[in-house]
Amino acid sequence: MAMQRVVVVGGGLAGLAATMKLCELGIGVDLISLTPVKRSHSVCAQGGINSCNDQTRQLGDSEWKHFDDTVYGGDFLQHQPPVKEMTAWAPKVIDLMDRLGVTFNRTQEGFIDRRRFGGTLFKRTAFAGATTGQQLLYALDEQVRRWESEGLVKKFEFWDFLGPIQDSNGRCVGAVAQDMVSMQIRSFPAAAVVVATGGGGLIYGRSTMSVFCNGAAASRCLQAGAKYANAEFIQVHPTAIPGADKLRLMSESARGEGGRVWVPTKPQDSRPARDIPESDRYYFLEKRYPEYGNLVPRDIATREIFDICVNEGLSVEKDRMCVYLDLTHISRSELDRKLGGILEIYEKFQGVDPREVPMKIFPAVHYSMGGLWVNYAKSSDAGLLPGAPENQATNIPGLYAIGECDYQYHGANRLGANSLLSCIFSGLFVAPCIKNYAESLPAGVQNQPASVFQQAVMMQESRHAALLSNKGGENPYLLHQQLGDIMTRAATVVRRNDQLDDAYGKVDELHSRVQACSLTDSGSWTNQNVLFTKALQDMFPIAKAILKGARLRDECRGAHFKPEFSMPSLKEEESAARRQEAEKWCDRFEANNRRFLKSSIATFKGNDPEISYEDVDTGSIRPRPRLYGLVGAEVIEQVWNERVSHAEPGEAAGSHSVAPS
Amino acid sequence: MTSPTVTSDSPVPANARKINIRVLRQDGPGQPSYWQRHQVAYEENMNVISVLQRIAAQASTVEGESVSPVAWDCGCLEEVCGSCTMVINGRVRQSCTALVDKLLEENSTEIELRPMSKFPVIRDLMVDRSRLFHGLERVKAWVPVDSYYDMGPGPKVSRKQQEENYPLSQCMSCGCCLEACPQYQKIEVHRRPGETDAQFDERKRAAHHEAFLGAAPISQAILFNSHPTGKNSADERLDALVDTGGIQACGNAQNCVAVCPKEIPLTTSIGRAGRAATVHSLKRLFDF
Repeated sequence: MAMQRVVVVGGGLAGLAATMKLCELGIGVDLISLTPVKRSHSVCAQGGINSCNDQTRQLGDSEWKHFDDTVYGGDFLQHQPPVKEMTAWAPKVIDLMDRLGVTFNRTQEGFIDRRRFGGTLFKRTAFAGATTGQQLLYALDEQVRRWESEGLVKKFEFWDFLGPIQDSNGRCVGAVAQDMVSMQIRSFPAAAVVVATGGGGLIYGRSTMSVFCNGAAASRCLQAGAKYANAEFIQVHPTAIPGADKLRLMSESARGEGGRVWVPTKPQDSRPARDIPESDRYYFLEKRYPEYGNLVPRDIATREIFDICVNEGLSVEKDRMCVYLDLTHISRSELDRKLGGILEIYEKFQGVDPREVPMKIFPAVHYSMGGLWVNYAKSSDAGLLPGAPENQATNIPGLYAIGECDYQYHGANRLGANSLLSCIFSGLFVAPCIKNYAESLPAGVQNQPASVFQQAVMMQESRHAALLSNKGGENPYLLHQQLGDIMTRAATVVRRNDQLDDAYGKVDELHSRVQACSLTDSGSWTNQNVLFTKALQDMFPIAKAILKGARLRDECRGAHFKPEFSMPSLKEEESAARRQEAEKWCDRFEANNRRFLKSSIATFKGNDPEISYEDVDTGSIRPRPRLYGLVGAEVIEQVWNERVSHAEPGEAAGSHSVAPS
Repeated sequence: MTSPTVTSDSPVPANARKINIRVLRQDGPGQPSYWQRHQVAYEENMNVISVLQRIAAQASTVEGESVSPVAWDCGCLEEVCGSCTMVINGRVRQSCTALVDKLLEENSTEIELRPMSKFPVIRDLMVDRSRLFHGLERVKAWVPVDSYYDMGPGPKVSRKQQEENYPLSQCMSCGCCLEACPQYQKIEVHRRPGETDAQFDERKRAAHHEAFLGAAPISQAILFNSHPTGKNSADERLDALVDTGGIQACGNAQNCVAVCPKEIPLTTSIGRAGRAATVHSLKRLFDF
């Protein structure tokens, strides 16, 4: 029989890349999205997309070094084969996007220009002004429109994915979704379903994410039995513009192009920024991290900005935490050419020209490193086996996850300009895997009884009807605000166990209250009220997985920072004592890795997540201490290198056999 | 210690200044529209999005009548997605960058919100802009590559060319230029009883097909005609531009360029399209 269609949920970079590649392979796609796909959240990505390139290669860069920077920046929490594959593909991904007409900035000679981004010393990042995500998305949107005109893609825009449909063996055989205009609920039988629905910033109330990034689609998979991994790793971007409705991103490219972060040395110095002389400015990132300067990895920059405001009291303003991000030393014409898009955003929302006056910025929730657990097939050269049906597959057979909503590529902290790469890569890479999966299906699987689909639809119809008639008295918008406040306080930059316990209790209480929402709109036409309430209810399983994952992880790793368990700088001055202290430091580092160098895996049962742990494949690059800016780093590094050279492969650090106790 | 990241909303004092909002609502396609008045407490740095969020949370009018939240479309809230276009104080714009302080300078007594008038209303401030996306299909706004396999880099592009193309490529399909265009007339296809989604969609597309493309898709045709590989379909794009609803429908009012939130040089694109279409028509005439 002819192959069934594939359902792709989400039309950002990952979903569109998968869609166009599936079409090229001759597979029809039903593309379901909350918004016209051209408006997906990928448009907000500003800075660029990384790859080793002809220029960096001649300066000593390689795909391997990009791989190494990515796992080091991610504190080694990623399985290494997928990252190795992704970084090996990176130059090819950029070549493809170039062919598709992306308006990458050019050098004088006409080559793709590159800028430097955080967590690397190489200029790897290709960019299109400061709206790179938008430009990449448009190129893919155009290709998908081309396939749509040929009849291979059918778009279902303004449709809400309500969950996977599973047969009696638990295999995913389709999706159920709701038309957000007519409110009709219907099933989409499919050979496979690919979820590409991004992150869940709305769980934190306000973040840098778009309003439809509510995490509900991933949560609906989790509630259907899919595993959700590393939930506790949430990236808080160092530089955002605070706002009442949203925290707007100020791209890392501002620092990549030379932007400097500083505060006045005198707390709340009342002089205008430009009148404060150099001697009265504290460029704290440059001072504390001489090698990387303003381009330390994001988790570190965020903690330092937080520290300078909260602990050192040096916030630029008294009532509102912020630091300066200064571009005023760069020429206007260069700023307009390379950063125009983001400077306009600042100017429009703040009414101040950042070419003349330093910007005021503060960290904001930005990206979910964690996401739906997915499998991979390792190749003999420790990358991925192309076309293997296991790649990007969740534990529900037939259900795939790609892009930000999978957990696979960024470990404990994502490097800037790696997300666009992981989205496009996973989208392109998954297509032949799905084709092979679908072709291997026994005929019976594609020929499900109609009742399987009818039941799924009926279940969703009754959930919908129950919500409309509910008179519990709770206001979903207010509950959402409360959820956001709790999550923001307990589970962002600094985490403490007592606060996490307290937050879990409060979130649990809200979770029961959210079942009793009274809707102010009980109509059956474009009812945004009921759609929002459903999404809100589905935020709770993920919120709880974040809190519980964070509570159980008694260590510091990447974006997850618990001061109580931080690895201190060395204090001893005398060299032998310092050496001994470094030995102890390394012992502790190894012991900690044996316990915590694991992915947390949440499953959802009843009302709460259960967390288990999975070993991480660190077969290619041995985990090593992340020493950015630590006092005594050179001694620790020396001790560490000696240990490594004496150890058998796989023996020291990050060996992965012991489960966390 | 509480985290100041994503600070919670500052509590609004009871005696805070109120803002009056007048919204043109409509319950569904073909239904009558009606004005409704709301009031929300003034906060610093508010935009129209946060006003609509407050209205949704309080769900009652200034008269205290309980009403359903106003439906509207929004996405990124930073003016790159193109979702939240509406007519605010009589001018079409993005509601995310419509700052309340500036609106109150225009009119201190109230803020008036209306849906775009050139697109069919779905509900309240939400409209159906599928015609715009159909327009992109009509002009084949894509680069016709052979495949998505690894074939090395694309053709070299000069910095000058990139600097010309990038502004055009920033078009976010928001629809402001179409709302402001005197030649772009609303096309509303009503659903017939018993019609399936597919049938309804087909009729809608057919109706869009003959109608004026408008500035945004014309500008995209020019963008792809100036791309080294995109050029290979230049004739097909020009066919669309000389067809019914193409470039000749433009009345040169130049409203489009005045309202474009991204300041895209739309009239320059239209000028280039006009010249290219003329040459193309002559070529078609003499080739036969």
